[in-house]
Amino acid sequence: MATETLTLGKALNTGLRRALENDPKVVIMGEDVGKLGGVFRITDGLQKDFGDQRVIDTPLAESGIIGTAVGLAIRGYRPVCEIQFDGFVYPAYDQIVSQVAKMHYRSRGKLNIPMVIRIPFGGGIGAVEHHSESPEAYFAHTAGLKVVSCANPQDAYVMIQQAVASDDPIVFLEPKRRYWEKGQVDLDAPLSEAYPLHSARVVRSGSHVTLLAYGPMVRTCLDAATAAAEDGRELEVIDLRTLSPLDLGVVYESVRRTGRAVVVHEAPSNVGLGAEIAARITEECFYSLESPVLRVAGFDTPYPAARVEEDYLPDLDRVLDAVDRSFGW
Amino acid sequence: MAKGDPGAGPRGRRAAPRSRKAATGDPELVQLLTPEGARVDSVTGPDGVEYRVDFTDEEYRGLYRDLVLVRKLDAEATALQRQGELGIWASLLGQEAAQVGSGRALRTQDMAFPTYREHGVLYCRGIDPIMPLSLFRGVDQGGWDPNEFKFNMYTIVIGAQTLHATGYAMGVAMDGKTGTDDGEAVIAYFGDGATSQGDVNESFVWAGVFNAPLVFFCQNNQYAISEPLERQTRIPLYRRAAGFGFPGIRVDGNDVLATYAVTRHALDNARHGQGPSLIEAYTYRMGAHTTSDDPTRYRIASEVEAWQAKDPIARVKAFLEREQIADAGFFTEVDEQARREAVDLRERVLAMPDPEPTTLFEHVYPNGSPLLDEQRAEFSRYLESFEGSAH
Ligand SMILES: Cc1ncc(C[n+]2csc(CCOP(=O)(O)OP(=O)(O)O)c2C)c(N)n1
Repeated sequence: MATETLTLGKALNTGLRRALENDPKVVIMGEDVGKLGGVFRITDGLQKDFGDQRVIDTPLAESGIIGTAVGLAIRGYRPVCEIQFDGFVYPAYDQIVSQVAKMHYRSRGKLNIPMVIRIPFGGGIGAVEHHSESPEAYFAHTAGLKVVSCANPQDAYVMIQQAVASDDPIVFLEPKRRYWEKGQVDLDAPLSEAYPLHSARVVRSGSHVTLLAYGPMVRTCLDAATAAAEDGRELEVIDLRTLSPLDLGVVYESVRRTGRAVVVHEAPSNVGLGAEIAARITEECFYSLESPVLRVAGFDTPYPAARVEEDYLPDLDRVLDAVDRSFGW
Repeated sequence: MAKGDPGAGPRGRRAAPRSRKAATGDPELVQLLTPEGARVDSVTGPDGVEYRVDFTDEEYRGLYRDLVLVRKLDAEATALQRQGELGIWASLLGQEAAQVGSGRALRTQDMAFPTYREHGVLYCRGIDPIMPLSLFRGVDQGGWDPNEFKFNMYTIVIGAQTLHATGYAMGVAMDGKTGTDDGEAVIAYFGDGATSQGDVNESFVWAGVFNAPLVFFCQNNQYAISEPLERQTRIPLYRRAAGFGFPGIRVDGNDVLATYAVTRHALDNARHGQGPSLIEAYTYRMGAHTTSDDPTRYRIASEVEAWQAKDPIARVKAFLEREQIADAGFFTEVDEQARREAVDLRERVLAMPDPEPTTLFEHVYPNGSPLLDEQRAEFSRYLESFEGSAH
């Protein structure tokens, strides 16, 4: 078994390399993805090895990146588009929600748009405005798109390959502040059986409260669980991994056991993923709940300046505070 | 019916001197058939290219037949909308020559990306004209197979398809399908209003940068719903191409011969690896924008009358008569065929069943979605709860 220690970023890079090797129709496109290897170096070295027809430096035009990828997909290619930062996906928003998401439906299944839209998302890296946003709810709300997020190097490596291989159009959210975190990666991990793309996973077991998170907040929740254990509280942490469709079976099973749930995300709470998850848990697990489903989220403000982002972002203390409140009912 | 390529013969050669003036009319407008039906042998465009067509009599008659049929089917659809059988209809009246000329210039291997008004091009691609009617009736969202007919779905979001065409054309080049006579070319249709959209401008940038085998075909029908051309641009649209680094040309969009010649030339350039070009087909939308629109609020009758005199079908008819390429019997026969096809279309529209309710859950995802499966099952149970009930 080929196991290596990789950063999440390098795991994505290795996964993309595999995807390019396995299917000659896979093309990577985006701003600066070629020689530079992307501003986060996720495509580092790929143009050198696969050429500028497979790894395409595009004009600075987000709608163009997504819209031409639609045409390439109709032509039989499998484009993997990089949006440089979360806050710059909006010029392409129309193409994503009106075209990418609906082509298959509108053509009654005659056209597939097997594309992946990679977006480094979320905050915590001290960036200027428009570089730290969490736009997942916009896309999760759109039928026809699938939205996933990886939280550790192993998942990054496997999920990106699964996303590229899937015929569904997929918004692939990369937790940018976790790009440099290391973990063990099994390079021979099977793509299909072991961890299907659209599945949530319990990443730490516990019996007192269920913490639900995805992307960058999974690490935060795991840290909270470690801290809570010292106080004798066993927190179960679920990495949702898939935001649309949500894989709720695992969630319901857990909440029925623990009776308490806290959803954690960086995006503002108003009309966010947390609201949807809380509503569903309430519908399905009402008689098992010991307290209301609570949310820990970003505030309903634009993403703030870097010097105050630590105040905005949910952290270990805010998660533990919510856990406490959950017991106060 | 003229199937395939009416102009299989020599056409659109490159001519040398830039100084040669266009033979007739507006030097900015390529024209091979005057509104009076006089044939112009060849004309050198402002781009220095000599445009000509070389059709057999039968091919001329075929083009005429196409124009008449397309107009008749369009009129029938308008009538069906008026009778409440279609939710809305976007008529091509007045734009038949632009669509048939460019549509017939396409070769089998070429791919087209249309808007919602390209019924004439659809017809030229060999698609059953019932197809767009199901879209406008609300039965589906356009039922033809884009890959089989090399004609994509109608696009309602203005300009979005020009990027799809650009990407597809990049794929053609990446597949190595350019550079020869049987290479592939791509055509993107859009209106004058669309030229203001970001996507259209981005597609100009992309197509230029990647030398995509693409023809941008703008039907300038003078209006975007109510807004006249002056609300979109202060220079002739075809001249914008220069700023993006590829040729632009304006053609008389009511002249099926010139439209054919110019489009064929641009497509051949694209298929031979010479990159994109922009054609501005200068034409006029004779009817309303769609059946929901009232054009008397924004344009005057005299303007419409002036364009009436440039009718794309009347001039071909005058030409066929003058040159004795067709006789009265031919014209009667074409009218009769058009009438029959319209009746047939009407009957089929009226017989079109509504889709089953649960089809609304179909084809959302190629790989399905558990969430959706659940909703669909719940909805089916709900529907079944009515079975045998009193309504
Ligand atoms: C992005 C977008 N904005 C607005 C509309 C509403 N709309 C439909 S057709 C139209 C005018 C389009 O004019 P033009 O591009 O000249 O094409 P034409 O209909 O004249 O062929 C408008 C504004 C739309 N469909 N898409």
